[in-house]
Amino acid sequence: MNFLQPIGRVFLNFLAATGKLSMFTGSALLHCVRPPFYFRIIVHQMIEIGYYSLPVVGLTAIFTGMILALQSYTGFARFSAEGAIANVVVLSITRELGPVLAGLMIAGRIGAAMSAEIGTMRVTEQIDALTTLSTNPMKYLVAPRIMAGILMLPIVVLIADIIGVFGGYLIAVYKLGFNPANYLKNTWDFLEAMDVISGLVKASVFGFIVTLMGCYHGYNSKGGAQGVGTATTNAVVSASILILSMDYVLTELFFAGK
Amino acid sequence: MNDAQPKIRLSNVHKAFGAKTVLNGVELDVNKGESVVIIGGSGSGKSVTLKCILGLLEADSGSIKVDGEEMANASAEDRERVNTKIGMLFQGAALFDSLSVWENVAFGLLAQKTVSRVEAKDIAIAKLAQVGLSAGVAELSPAELSGGMQKRVGLARAIAIEPDIIFFDEPTTGLDPIMADVINNLIVKTTREVGATALTITHDMVSARKIANRIAMLYQGKIIWFGPTEEIDQSNNPYVDQFIHGRAEGPIKMGLRA
Repeated sequence: MNFLQPIGRVFLNFLAATGKLSMFTGSALLHCVRPPFYFRIIVHQMIEIGYYSLPVVGLTAIFTGMILALQSYTGFARFSAEGAIANVVVLSITRELGPVLAGLMIAGRIGAAMSAEIGTMRVTEQIDALTTLSTNPMKYLVAPRIMAGILMLPIVVLIADIIGVFGGYLIAVYKLGFNPANYLKNTWDFLEAMDVISGLVKASVFGFIVTLMGCYHGYNSKGGAQGVGTATTNAVVSASILILSMDYVLTELFFAGK
Repeated sequence: MNDAQPKIRLSNVHKAFGAKTVLNGVELDVNKGESVVIIGGSGSGKSVTLKCILGLLEADSGSIKVDGEEMANASAEDRERVNTKIGMLFQGAALFDSLSVWENVAFGLLAQKTVSRVEAKDIAIAKLAQVGLSAGVAELSPAELSGGMQKRVGLARAIAIEPDIIFFDEPTTGLDPIMADVINNLIVKTTREVGATALTITHDMVSARKIANRIAMLYQGKIIWFGPTEEIDQSNNPYVDQFIHGRAEGPIKMGLRA
């Protein structure tokens, strides 16, 4: 029966990790709504997550929009449906690719940085120092980052949506010879408020996931430089997987049966 | 508070990590205004004792009283309140990388919200002067300082809130002998100026003799000797004798692992 032991151990470890993450999430959310609030840190994190992520998210969005237009054209030309390119681009970008790609890019940029920063603070006793200075580390380190993530991701995604649609427009008009006015009209006519709102809600959830995973893995890192490295990897991998799985759940909630 | 009551009292404190027992019934009284040093080899439980008093680790059983108030299993609010009268110098200084030197020193004052930022900066500069650092250091980041300077800033941070109790975790580890003596002198001077009770853990006997009124030796999770500094050479305890003279031969066997 020895082969059951490792399976049991893995299962118990999984349950322990789930419980630990649930407790951490509950505590983090509680500190997000209970004063005092560290507004200076919240604003700093908003700039870090939002403003400094714009170049990388913008580049991702514009190329995604351009590729989408090009691929749609070559595919749709087979059954003379080139006219649907504008609709495909705007719906794909606002509903899916804008929030998901922005979420993944920010998981790589911000999730990793948060995990490394908090992990280093853990192994150099800076988090212990916060406690001895009568400052709750969950309130000072974790809550402001989560609040900034929830607030900033929708703004970043809204900008990414605009840039992505513009990328599709560039290819459609300047490479494929579409009429600019018709392209923009098609884009606007087929876009519904729910397409954008669902993307922004997703963005907010992804912002929560990225910052939570970055903080959780950093906060619980141990074992020096190697531990911080592992925490950083885990933060990015777990955030990416959770983003993709939550994307399915949210899409099901918003659009299933419509 | 009754003056006869010890400032810190540990009674029958136990702490284990899995199967490994680290503290096995620690008993220790630290009186108001005195400086007690806990000595002991690596892994003897010195740091764990300190962390249990500070609430960074939870003792498995036993009583930890600060000013007569039970701290074992205290609520987070009670712990935060008690920590406002405690200063701590960490082994690696544990300065916050993201803040300037003066912000590090003033962190406790700003956290308690008893002074404005301008006043806190003035106090921080005064405390830096107390540990022999010029005002020019105030705007630097901790990464720009040498190890000795970081220790001094850590000491300035520990005394900035004018605490009743100061903990020192291996204050001279990693410093050259001259800088170690400078730090020892500063510890004696500043604790006297603040009128604080001091509890230090170290394995540096030169440091222990210089800063302690009384010395306690921790071995295998128990205090095996506790007495005035001037009596340690006549302790008649073979474990203490071996440790203070740094002999490889004696009852203390260092486990050598391949």
